[in-house]
Amino acid sequence: MNSTIRLVIRFVVLVLLQVLVLNHVRLGGYMNPYLYVLFVLLLPFSISGWALLMLSFFLGFTVDVFSNTGGIHAAATVLMALFRPNLVKLYYSKEDFEPNASPSLKYMGFQYFLGYSLVLVSIHHLALFSLEVFRFSEFGFTFLRALLSIALTLLIIIISQYLFYVKK
Amino acid sequence: MRNLFTFIWRNHFYFLFALLEVIAFALIINSTVYQRWVFVNSTQKITGSVYSVYANLQEYFNLRNTNQILARENALLHQALQHPTYRHDEKPFGKDSLPYPSQYQYIDAKVISNTVTLRNNYLMLNKGKRHGVDKDMAVISSNGIVGIVINASNNFSWVMSVLNDNTKINGKLLKDNYQGSLTWDGGNYRTGTLSDLPAHVGLAQGDTIVTSGYSLLFPEGIMIGTIEDFNIGKGDHFYTIKVHFSVDYNNLRYVYVVKNLMRKEQISVMKHL
Repeated sequence: MNSTIRLVIRFVVLVLLQVLVLNHVRLGGYMNPYLYVLFVLLLPFSISGWALLMLSFFLGFTVDVFSNTGGIHAAATVLMALFRPNLVKLYYSKEDFEPNASPSLKYMGFQYFLGYSLVLVSIHHLALFSLEVFRFSEFGFTFLRALLSIALTLLIIIISQYLFYVKK
Repeated sequence: MRNLFTFIWRNHFYFLFALLEVIAFALIINSTVYQRWVFVNSTQKITGSVYSVYANLQEYFNLRNTNQILARENALLHQALQHPTYRHDEKPFGKDSLPYPSQYQYIDAKVISNTVTLRNNYLMLNKGKRHGVDKDMAVISSNGIVGIVINASNNFSWVMSVLNDNTKINGKLLKDNYQGSLTWDGGNYRTGTLSDLPAHVGLAQGDTIVTSGYSLLFPEGIMIGTIEDFNIGKGDHFYTIKVHFSVDYNNLRYVYVVKNLMRKEQISVMKHL
């Protein structure tokens, strides 16, 4: 129960932060952070596949509704969720983790958490930016925007991990 | 049959994934600019109210700046009136005292959501059909052009920003009336591109670009921006001009919706051609 409430709060906070603040950020003309994916990154290891997909879709859809972008966030977030179980399996076998454990910098260690986030955030951002532009003629520019945004999103994710989860 | 169900059950993760992606893509395809309004209308009630609350809150932080802009605009308007008191000698000021019927009506509105970061950007205004705002009306701010209304519900309207692939606006040089068309090619939200201006025209950095008045939407002479840079491609007969927008689209608060009262008449004239 306690962890459910925490998930709901995290969902609401991340969506509001995204649509009210981060959607308006354009650092250096290129970089838009999409921090809301952090919600999917931090779902517990033990979550079942269908719940992971449904939550990802719902998260993306909510951001879409607020940004009037049709379904591009939903499509990108669900695509990202598809890769999460296999990526988690690379690091851990099923017996390894404690019940209710979630991916975090503290739990996985800096190197693994960074790799895990890098792969998922990259999948999400590349899909999202391609869908948003929806044409190939501006591919180079879109790719550059995506790369820079991936870096910025990752930076914010790592900072947020240090702020909220790594306590000595 | 049972094997099929077993197969689906064993791979339900991938089937669910495919299903959700199909739904997402259906949403994307159904949301191209002109069909998007159906979706917008139904969800606007919720998102509109969230953005209204947020915009109200944000307003307080911009009060000083907004006041300055309004004061400057008031001064400009006073200047444009040209000693209104002298008119009383000729004719008392009344309902019919304007010599010609006016072509444009201005409706003030507040921006409650706005983006500049996407390839195709839109704004939401807090005025809708109830206030006389409808689609195909121009939107300007006191600093220059903003966009075009593409849909309106009763209380809100949805504006295609200048920062949008689908927006093309006819602009002209203020000093000698040569005209070209203005687009935004992504990237920096402070600059756009003016093309189709013939190469024999003399240009200088800082020249002013205003709306030409050739469209049925924008009145003539609304500020677009100033020339930041220009060049002619090899073997080309037209300039490619980098225009610095006069409006900072990231900092929009109050705008005017411009209603062209003679639009119907203008369209009917064109139809007869």
